[in-house]
Amino acid sequence: MADTAEPLAGAGARALRKPLPESWFAWLLISPALVFIGFIVAWPLVETIRLSFTNATLGGEEYVGVANYAKLFADPKFYDTVGRTFYWMALAVSLKLIVGLIGASLLNAAIPGKALFRVLVMPPWVIPVAIGVIGWKWMYNGYFGLISGLLQEFGLVEDRVALLATKTSAFYSAVVTDVWVGTPMVTLFFLAAMQGVSRDLYEAAWVDGAGRWYRFRRITIPQIMPVIVSMALLSAIWTFNSFEIIWILTEGGPRGATTTLIIDTYKVAISSQRFGEGAARAVVIVVLLAVFSLAYLFLLNRVNRHYGAK
Amino acid sequence: MMMDRLSLLQKIGLYIATFFFLLFILMPFIEMFRVSLRPMSHLMTADFTWWSDDFSWQAYRDMWTTVPLLGRYILNSIFISTAVTAITMVVVIPSAYAYARLDFPYRALSLGGFLAVNMFTGAVLLIPLYRVLRSLGMLNTYWAMIIPGVAFLIPTGIWLLRSYLEKIPKELEEAAFVDGASRMYTLRRVVVPLAVPGLIVVATSVFIGAYAQQFLFAITFNNVRELQPLPAGLFEFIGYQDTTWNEMMAAALTGVLPVMLFFLVLQKYLVAGLTAGAVKE
Repeated sequence: MADTAEPLAGAGARALRKPLPESWFAWLLISPALVFIGFIVAWPLVETIRLSFTNATLGGEEYVGVANYAKLFADPKFYDTVGRTFYWMALAVSLKLIVGLIGASLLNAAIPGKALFRVLVMPPWVIPVAIGVIGWKWMYNGYFGLISGLLQEFGLVEDRVALLATKTSAFYSAVVTDVWVGTPMVTLFFLAAMQGVSRDLYEAAWVDGAGRWYRFRRITIPQIMPVIVSMALLSAIWTFNSFEIIWILTEGGPRGATTTLIIDTYKVAISSQRFGEGAARAVVIVVLLAVFSLAYLFLLNRVNRHYGAK
Repeated sequence: MMMDRLSLLQKIGLYIATFFFLLFILMPFIEMFRVSLRPMSHLMTADFTWWSDDFSWQAYRDMWTTVPLLGRYILNSIFISTAVTAITMVVVIPSAYAYARLDFPYRALSLGGFLAVNMFTGAVLLIPLYRVLRSLGMLNTYWAMIIPGVAFLIPTGIWLLRSYLEKIPKELEEAAFVDGASRMYTLRRVVVPLAVPGLIVVATSVFIGAYAQQFLFAITFNNVRELQPLPAGLFEFIGYQDTTWNEMMAAALTGVLPVMLFFLVLQKYLVAGLTAGAVKE
């Protein structure tokens, strides 16, 4: 990260600015952002933690200690949901990274038309998520959906398949749609990073007789690694919290097959209005994500130090 | 450049691979368009067919009667995203400047705090958020969809704009100081005009975020039909036995068309902005 406090600007410029101490001015500038985050994120977070120790419903609330957590941790279904959520996240994120890497390499290739191809990747990213998902919901349809139709045409299935109606196919269908929603952004970030890699590196390797695949593995990948790493963490968090896609496709069904933690939380807290129990689930999500992010950053740090990367 | 030379076979391979990649990305749109052109009766009764000779634009006429508020939904979507973008930018510009240029206690810690907001989504905080909005009297108003949207887009906005501002040379600001301009004046009259390209990039990415994520807050905090954005408005018609899918697809495509065209114009800035945000760090 670039540090702004270079000696020259730090000492020289500060002497010129008299009226308001720099730190006061800085906090003044940040205060609107702080107010927003305070009201809409920080306070609700504290309130969620408090509610998780109550039996709050629409009617009223009473302190119940850890009862909500006890109930949650005693429920075998909860562990299924946690496992499913991590599986959902791992699968969708790795697919997004792989497809994004392939896509970015294709868009980065020196072929005519690449400017147009780059534009064509954007639509899923710039339209409301829910609109794209409505399109997928239709395609998964068993009677007249495109996918079932194609599978029949190619003789892969005998009969019509309603992909969202059986547990396994519903889960993997939701994964495919999530990958579809997330891929354009990952692709464009990777592409941007690839275009930032110095050509000298490639030329030097080429002069030494390195082939394309070798240059990709030994130059492209290491050079864009920082972007891959940060996209992986961001995608992981977003996928973990992904709500609209599953909600529109299946509402967590059939029989809980696509119920991730966030869907479970929404169902309990908003659909059944059991605020206390919902809040306990929300707290679990926050803790799991915080632990996951810290572990990820910690491991990353270790790996970086081990390989002596910048 | 010799290094980039591809054999004919390699070129064909690349085009085929690109075709399949883009097919995956664009398939839902192609399919939505195809469905929007077919009469409902044919869609439901016939087996799946790729092509048919009964294509018509009828659904694009009927949708306005089936979804009477469609025009409202489309405008609401654009209005909400525009309002979110405007407010976010007003909040983000001073903060990003502070993080890019000023030195103050808890600088790194508070920036980290802002970025940690990315770990939450509205869905986790819905219950207390609902109460906050209720006590502010904002439920069932546009504000219920605008204010939470702003809060969740501020951190990324600060991050992106900060890295842009850091690239602007400091000399001009310092010259203004020497001439006796106040800090606020310098920010407004020197920094902001210099940062216009960066501001466009950040505003565009904020707009995308606001436009893409309107669904959850709308279905949770707003019951007033007239105020719903497009995705929430259409969702009401989806998933029933008698859903007129061809009209829904027509409505969805028509609804996103204005914004798609807008992005087509701005796409150069978009990718440039990503480069700035992504490649740094």
